[in-house]
Amino acid sequence: MPYFCAMDNLKRIAVFFFHPRFEDSRVNKRLIAAITGLPGIALRDMYELYPDFNIDVKAEQQALIDCDVAVIQHPFFWYSAPPLAKQWLDLVLEYGWAYGKGGDKLRGKWALTALSSGGTFDVYREGGRNRFTYRELLSPFDQSFYLCGMHYLPPFIVPGASKISEADLEAHARKYVEVLKLLQRPELGLETLTRFEYFNQIDTASWPVTSYKTH
Amino acid sequence: MIYLGAALVCVPISKKLGIGSVLGYIIGGAVIGPYVLGFVGKEGEDVMHASEFGVVMMLFLVGLELNVKSFWNIRRLVVGLGGLQMFVTALVLMLIMTLAFSVDFFIAIALSLSFAMSSTAIVLQTLKEKGLDKSAAGTGSFAVLLFQDIAVIPIMAVLPFLGNGAELGADHHGLISHFPFFEQNPTITIFVAVALVYLFSRFLVPPFLHFISKVHMRELFTASALFLVIGVAWVMDEVGISPALGAFMAGVLLATSEFRHELESDIEPFKGILLGLFFTAVGSTINFGLIMEQPASLLGVVVLLMAVKAGVLYALARYFGLHHDQKLLFALLLCQVGEFAFVLLGSAMGLGILHREAFDFTMAVATLSMVISPLLLFISDRFIMPRFGVKEFPAKAYDSLAVEEKKVIIVGFGHFGSTLGRFLRANGIRATILDTNSDRVALLRKMGFEVYYGDATRVDLLESAGAAKAHILISTIGDPEKNLELSDTLKKHFPHLKLFVRAVNRIDAYELFDHQVPHVYRESLHSSVYMGVDVLSALGHRRYTARRKADDFIKYDEEAMHRLAGERHDQKGYVASVRDEIAMQEKLLNADGKFADQAADHAWDKSVREGG
Repeated sequence: MPYFCAMDNLKRIAVFFFHPRFEDSRVNKRLIAAITGLPGIALRDMYELYPDFNIDVKAEQQALIDCDVAVIQHPFFWYSAPPLAKQWLDLVLEYGWAYGKGGDKLRGKWALTALSSGGTFDVYREGGRNRFTYRELLSPFDQSFYLCGMHYLPPFIVPGASKISEADLEAHARKYVEVLKLLQRPELGLETLTRFEYFNQIDTASWPVTSYKTH
Repeated sequence: MIYLGAALVCVPISKKLGIGSVLGYIIGGAVIGPYVLGFVGKEGEDVMHASEFGVVMMLFLVGLELNVKSFWNIRRLVVGLGGLQMFVTALVLMLIMTLAFSVDFFIAIALSLSFAMSSTAIVLQTLKEKGLDKSAAGTGSFAVLLFQDIAVIPIMAVLPFLGNGAELGADHHGLISHFPFFEQNPTITIFVAVALVYLFSRFLVPPFLHFISKVHMRELFTASALFLVIGVAWVMDEVGISPALGAFMAGVLLATSEFRHELESDIEPFKGILLGLFFTAVGSTINFGLIMEQPASLLGVVVLLMAVKAGVLYALARYFGLHHDQKLLFALLLCQVGEFAFVLLGSAMGLGILHREAFDFTMAVATLSMVISPLLLFISDRFIMPRFGVKEFPAKAYDSLAVEEKKVIIVGFGHFGSTLGRFLRANGIRATILDTNSDRVALLRKMGFEVYYGDATRVDLLESAGAAKAHILISTIGDPEKNLELSDTLKKHFPHLKLFVRAVNRIDAYELFDHQVPHVYRESLHSSVYMGVDVLSALGHRRYTARRKADDFIKYDEEAMHRLAGERHDQKGYVASVRDEIAMQEKLLNADGKFADQAADHAWDKSVREGG
């Protein structure tokens, strides 16, 4: 595609951020602060853009067209995203545009869920209090993007968000930035990335070295 | 005339140089004085007396900004800091005079008391100009000055006993000489006068101003403000209290009234001119001849005097726990001799305590110190303060700023404005409100709103309502012309303000766009469209669908308005007449056809999906 030539071949990322009470979310404030202003990353604060849920479909479709990787960042409310995210999926991923007959505008793009969750990996498993894994519960998103021909990447989770320690939060914010920077690399193929179950498992310290070697 | 001319030339220059307007006035006065250019002669002293009234007005204004409650809060400073300053300074000066210079004991008392005074005019003007009036040093200085003002009364009373029995001229007692009882009991007189001023300002003045404001004549209001200040000053002078103190009292009592801002902006220009005259007069009375005759001893005395005063002030500031840079500022601010010294020295001479030469000499000392002190402040500002200036600033100051800084002003508090104001208040935003309906102002104040009376298109009123510090100004005025005038005024004088303006209709909104006001709110847009939602619902439409159509329609209409606002200029000589209004309606109705076509929420539209 022609636009690939633009920014040093880096992949363009758009972060669609959904939080109805952003001002009270310690974790998301830190994550957003960490990625704000990074080159090549466009941030859309959806509840600030559409306080009346009256989503500008054309503008949102354009934002999707203008990115290679769509990151959906939100807290895990009732095992799903806040309602504006669903409204967004409903209205923006139109038939004939995103899927169905002639709907190929998103084909080949990547999608990533970045989640803040009150529970932990230990609770989100078979036999745990929440019985299902994060990935299982996120499968509606996985499937939605799949239907649009997009590749759903291993999610990035900030677990234990309600009681997370300052040091842990700092580490997760740094890792989030590293993950996004990794995704910007044009040489990284899907096969390498989808080896993980969650992006939390990426060793951000050693990863850059490995990827340079493979190049 | 010459005084004003001198001020006009010298003040801007000294402002540019960063040495403050006070020094500019004084230099201007010195230049035109009898010893340099000789434009004006000995009448400088008369001008000075006349323009001392500027000090009275200044204290009235200071009082206006300081209501009874905050005045009560600084009482410890007034009595403690102020009292100690007077006492210690006078004591030290007296000891030096009697021991080192073997001045006669009684003369020493008179002189030291006079020299302990500081200049209200210079200090307050400087504080205001530098924006330091809310700082610790500013409050402290103010407390000291206030105490000095009060102290003048007993000092004047004590002076006669220090002389060799010469009687105080009876010329002072005009009014009360008719009432022998009051004349014999000065204390009771003072109490009665104070009580009168209290009752007067509390209960008589606000209804009176209400009455005046209903006539809707600006000059009448200005006249009553002047009348108020002059009246109080006169009464106080008659009973022998410092008129400045009386004016201050009246100011404090009126500080909680809704006319505060209006009074402030009415008195302000008079005060400015008179104070300027006063400083110029001080400059013109500088006796350069005397300075030339005995420069060493005169300068020596001034330096010694100011050093002693500053030393005492510094020590006191330390004792009262001021921060480092504030201590220095406090000491430098107050170390000059004030205009009260002129009065005290004058009466001391009248009583025969001082000889003519001694009087001239001490007057020269006082004047010189008034000239030097702004200079000292300038030097400290430029060269000393930067060294340890910011050190004491941390988190605390920042916190208190953050709350106060996000200031909102609402202009107009009718149906539109009050709904908005209530909504903001429900969310913890306490806006300052300006309104021209004095009945409404009175009512709202009773309910605890901060409402002021006045015409918001006046720059001085906006100034005193805090427009310079505010972030947002909301105009809910229903009169389009007034709104345009207001937004032009604001653009010119307070360009930093974010404007939110009410527009009556579409035409009105266009005009506002032309005047570069981006946030325009048509008063009927939302209510009429949402009324349509209820109508659609009554016709059997689903509410959610109708509501989404309504939101889309509002968005579409706003866009159409912006577009048409641009097109409007293509037609030459466009006049917003009824005919044009109809033409525009037609245009809008035609365009609306397209709105119906671009059906929203495609994704939920069954017909679309059934196709695939």
